[in-house]
Amino acid sequence: MLYREAGQFKTSYVSDGQILPIRQDRIALLTLIAVALLAVPLLASPYLLSAILIPFLIFSLAALGLNILTGYAGQLSLGTAAFMAVGAYASFNFVARIPGIPLLLAFILGGLSAAIVGIAFGLPSLRIRGFYLAAATLATQFFVIWCLTKIPYLTNYSASGVVTVQTMQMFGYQFATPQAKYLLVLVIVSLMALLAKNMIRSNVGRSWMAIRDMDMAAEVIGFRPLRTKLLAFAVSSFYCGVAGALYAFAYLGTVEPEAYSLDLSFRILFMVIIGGVGSILGSFLGAAFIVLLPIFLNMLAHSLGLATNYASNLELMVFGGLIIFFLIVEPHGLARLWQIGKEKLRLWPFPH
Amino acid sequence: MKVIKSIVLAAALMGAGGQVLAADQFVALQSYRVGPYGAGGSGFYGGMIDYFNLVNANGGINGVKMTWEECETEYNASRGVECYERLKTKNGGATLVDPLSTGIAYGIVDRVATDKIPMTMLGYGRSDAANGKVFPYVFPLITSYWNQAAAMVKYLADKNGGYPKLKGKKIVYLYHDSAFGKEAMPVLDAQAKQYGFELIKIAVAPPGSEQQSQWLQIRQARPDHVILWGWGVMNSVAIKTAQRNGFPREKILGVWWAGSEEDTIPSGEAAKGYTSMTFNTPGNYPLIDEIRKKVYASGKGNLADQGRIGSVYHMRGVTLGVLWVEAIRTAQEKFGKGKTMTGEQVRWGLENLNVDAARQKAIGAFGMFPTVKTSCDDHEGSGAVKVQQWDGKKWVAITPNWVVGDKALTRRLLEESSLAYAKEKNITPACMQ
Amino acid sequence: MSFFIEVLLGGLLSGVMYALVAIGFVLIYKASGVFNFAQGAMVFFAALTCVGIIDKFGVSLWIAIPLTILVMIALAFAIERVVLRPLVNQPEITLFMATIGLAFFIEGLAQLVWGSQVRKLDLPIEDVPNEYLMEHFNILVSQFDMTAAIVCALLVIALGLLFTRTRVGRALRAVADDHQAALAVGIPLQRIWVVVWSVAGLVALVAGMLWGARNGVQFALTFIALKALPVLILGGFTSIPGAIVGGLIIGASEKLAEVYIGPMVGGGIEGWFPYVLALLFLLVRPEGLFGEKIIRRI
Repeated sequence: MLYREAGQFKTSYVSDGQILPIRQDRIALLTLIAVALLAVPLLASPYLLSAILIPFLIFSLAALGLNILTGYAGQLSLGTAAFMAVGAYASFNFVARIPGIPLLLAFILGGLSAAIVGIAFGLPSLRIRGFYLAAATLATQFFVIWCLTKIPYLTNYSASGVVTVQTMQMFGYQFATPQAKYLLVLVIVSLMALLAKNMIRSNVGRSWMAIRDMDMAAEVIGFRPLRTKLLAFAVSSFYCGVAGALYAFAYLGTVEPEAYSLDLSFRILFMVIIGGVGSILGSFLGAAFIVLLPIFLNMLAHSLGLATNYASNLELMVFGGLIIFFLIVEPHGLARLWQIGKEKLRLWPFPH
Repeated sequence: MKVIKSIVLAAALMGAGGQVLAADQFVALQSYRVGPYGAGGSGFYGGMIDYFNLVNANGGINGVKMTWEECETEYNASRGVECYERLKTKNGGATLVDPLSTGIAYGIVDRVATDKIPMTMLGYGRSDAANGKVFPYVFPLITSYWNQAAAMVKYLADKNGGYPKLKGKKIVYLYHDSAFGKEAMPVLDAQAKQYGFELIKIAVAPPGSEQQSQWLQIRQARPDHVILWGWGVMNSVAIKTAQRNGFPREKILGVWWAGSEEDTIPSGEAAKGYTSMTFNTPGNYPLIDEIRKKVYASGKGNLADQGRIGSVYHMRGVTLGVLWVEAIRTAQEKFGKGKTMTGEQVRWGLENLNVDAARQKAIGAFGMFPTVKTSCDDHEGSGAVKVQQWDGKKWVAITPNWVVGDKALTRRLLEESSLAYAKEKNITPACMQ
Repeated sequence: MSFFIEVLLGGLLSGVMYALVAIGFVLIYKASGVFNFAQGAMVFFAALTCVGIIDKFGVSLWIAIPLTILVMIALAFAIERVVLRPLVNQPEITLFMATIGLAFFIEGLAQLVWGSQVRKLDLPIEDVPNEYLMEHFNILVSQFDMTAAIVCALLVIALGLLFTRTRVGRALRAVADDHQAALAVGIPLQRIWVVVWSVAGLVALVAGMLWGARNGVQFALTFIALKALPVLILGGFTSIPGAIVGGLIIGASEKLAEVYIGPMVGGGIEGWFPYVLALLFLLVRPEGLFGEKIIRRI
C-alpha cells in the first residue's frame, strides 16, 4: 500500500539507471542521512558516538572492502587486517613526516599504499583459488604484520613499537570531540560506499562478477583475469587501508601491530558473511551485527547477574552459536532477509 | 520472563547512563577472563575484587563502600576502548581504571586526561608515564618495565660479584616479538654498552608455542644468563624447551609477567630452579588470611578455585586493590573523610600516595610489596623488585632485600621519551595542583 | 655440522606434531568436504576434558582417555545433528564459516565447563635430551619428540588399516569420492559423518595430549590449527601421507629458516615463513603435493 511504484515513470535513461529507482527508497535514504548527519551528533551520548557508531562505520568500510574482493570478485581473503594495518601505518607516517599535509590526502595516500601491497599479494590469485587462496592471504597477514613490527622507521623509532597518532586536523580545525570525529568518519564512509556502489554497477563490477562466477568463461569472452583480479585486490585494499587509517586516527588513537591481528581479519569476514556476501548493504548490516552483539551480550550477562567468568565464556558460545544459526537460517545473510522484507512490503497488505 | 526483562533492560542500558549511588566509590574494571591470557586475568581481577569485598566487610573507606563493574575486554584494544567508554560515565563516573594490557592502556592514555579519570598501570605500560608532569592522569605504579630491566641487570651483576664483573659476559634476551617484548631493549642496550656485556637478542614469533630453534641457538651461544621477556604460552614453552635442550633453568631470569603459577605449573618438573622478577614477596600474609576468613568463608570469594588464593596474580591483584584504596583514603584525608571522591581527587591521592612500612603493617601486608611513595615527578613510587625462584611447588624469594637498578639511567631515558611525547601533543609539562 | 643436524631433526620432529593436527583436518575434508576450522578448538577441548577428568575425578590417565573418547563421540553426534545436517548442500564457504562459529562455541564451552586456568598434563615420557644420541653423536634430540613421532606413525598405520581393511573404511572412502554415489548405493551418509568426526575427535585427542604435555593445556592450543594450515597446503587437503610429508617439510624448513635466515632479518620469522613457503609452493603446484588435481570445466 505504501511501497508501490505506481505512478513513478522514468522519462530519461539517467533516471532509469539511478541507484534507487523507487521514490520511497530515496526518501527513506535521505531521511536516514539527515538523521545521521544532524540528529545523531546532537542527541546521541558520547558513548554511543565514540564506542558504537564510529567503530560501526569504520568496520562497515572494511567489510565493504572485503565484500568487493570476496563477494563480488570471488577471491576469498583472510588478510584484511594486514591491509588495514598498512593503511594505518602509512597514514601515520605521511602525517608525521610531511608537516602540514591535508588529512584527507594522508588517508588517500595510506589507502594507495595498502592498494600497492594488495596488488603485490594478489598476484598469487592468478594461479590459486578457493581455500588455497585463503591460506595464501594468511601469508599476507602474518608477513605484513611482521614487517610492521620489525621496521623501526615505520613507527618513527618509537621504543615500544606502539605509537600514539596525531590529533586529526583539517584547515586548522581539530577533530577532538566525538561529534567531530563521527561526522568526519560518516562523510568519508558514505562517499566511499557511494563510490563502491557505482563501481559495482559499472563495467568494472560486472567484470568482477564474471570472474567470480566462472573465470574460465569470463576469460574466453574477453575479460582479462590478471587485470580484473588485481584491480579487485587494489580497490579492496584501498578501502581496507582507509578503514585502517580511520581505525587508528578516529577510534583507537594508537597504531600497533597487535590491533590488526588475525582475529580482526576473521571478524571482518564474519561481517561479510553474516551481512550478505556480494551486497553493499550487507556490509553495513553485518558490521552492525558484529559490533553490537558482543556489547549486547556483555550487558545482558551483567544484568542477569552472572559471574564474569561464566558470562565471558557464554558470550563466546552464544556468538559462535548465533553465527551457525544465521548460516543455517539464511545463508545469504542479513541483506537477503532485508530484501525479502522489502519484497513482502511491496505486496502488503495483500498476500500475493 | 527474567530473561526477556533482562534483554529489554540491556537494550535500554546501551544508550543510557546509570543511577548515582551516593556514598559509593565506583571503579571500572576492564577485565579479561577468556582467551589466551584469561588465566592470569581471572587471578588478577579476582584478587582486586576480593580486596574490595574485604574493605567493604570492614566498613568501607571511612564508611564509603567500594563498588565496581567488570567488562570483558578479551585483551583486545578495540574492546578495551569500548569498555572504557561504556563504564566511564556509570554510577556517577568511574574514578579509577587499570586495563592490565599495554595495548588498551595506550588506547585510552589520551582519553583519561580529558575525562579526568586516573589510570594505573601496575608494572606494565608506558614506562615514560612515570613523568607526572607530562602524564598527570597516568600512574605506572610500583615500577615500570624500564626499571625492571635495570633491576634485572643489577641482580645479574650482584650474582656475578658487581657491575665490573659483567664485562665480557653473554646475556641472551629472549623476547616476545611484539611491542611488549621490545619494551626493555633501550635500557638493556644502554647498560650493555656501559658495562661491556654482550647482549644477544633472540625473537620469538607470537604466540611462542614453538621455540626449538631459538633454544638451539641459545645452546650454541652458551650464554651466562637468559632474560626471558615473555607472556602467555611463550613462558611455559620456553621453560620446557630449555629443559629439552639441557639448558639449566637456574640461569633463566624471567620478567614478572613470566613468573607466575600459570607459567610454571604446566611446565611441571622442568620449572624447578627457574627464577623470575616480582614485586610481591611470595608467602602468606595476615591480609591474605583475612581475605580467606572474611571473604571466602562468607561465599563472596571471586576465585572459583580456592587453591589460587595467594598465587602470584591473585597477590598482584590484591596489591593493586590496596594501592587504590590507599589512594582513595589519602584523597579523603584532604578532600573530606567519608565522602565519595571524584576522579580528580583520586588522582591527587595517587600522586601523594605514601604506603610505608607502618601502613603495610597496619593492613597486614608488611613486605608484600615495596613501600610506595609517589610524587608529581615520580608516578611510579618505588622501582624496587625482588627475585623469586620456583622450588617445584611454590615461589620462594631469593633476594632478601628489594633490588633497585640504575634509576639514574632510566630517569634520563624516561624524561627524553616523555618530553618528546609532550612536544608532539603540545603539552606543557607542569605539575597539576 | 652437528648443530645443523640438531636443528633439522628438531624441525622434522616438530613437523610430525603439526602433521598430527593436520590429519584431523584431512579426515574431515575427505569425508564431508568441510574444512573444519574447529579442529584446533577440538584439540583444546579434548585435551582439557582429559585433564579435567583426571583432576576432578582423580582417575588415572588410562581411564580418562576412553572417557574422553566417549565425550568426543558425543560431540561428533551433536555437531552432525546441529551443524552439518541443516547445512547439507551449502557452498564450501558457508560450511567453513559454520565451523569457525563452531570453534568459538567449543572454546567457550571448554572453558565454561573446566575453567580457564592453565593445566599440566603428565605423560609417562620425559622431555629431556636422549642420552644415547647425546653421548655417541653429540646430537640433541628430545625423547618426547621421538616418542611423538612413533605415536604418529602408529596412528597413521591404524588409520590406513581402518580405511583399507574395514567395511567402515570402505564406506568412508566412498563418501570421500562422491556423496551422491555413496547415497545411491545405500551408505548412510549421516552416520558416516558421525564416524568421521569421531575419528577426527580421536586424532584431536592424541594431538591434544601430545601438545598439551609439551606446552601445557591452555587456550593457546587452539592456535596450533593455524600452524597446520601450511602443512595442509603443501601436502594437499585430501591426503594423509601428504599431511605427513607436508608436516616434515614445514617443520624442518621453519626451524632452519629461523636459525639461519632469522638473525639476518631480526628474528621471529617462524610466524610467516611456513605460509610464504606454502604460497610459493602453490604457485608451482596449485593443489599441493598429493592433493587431488582440480579439474575445472566451463
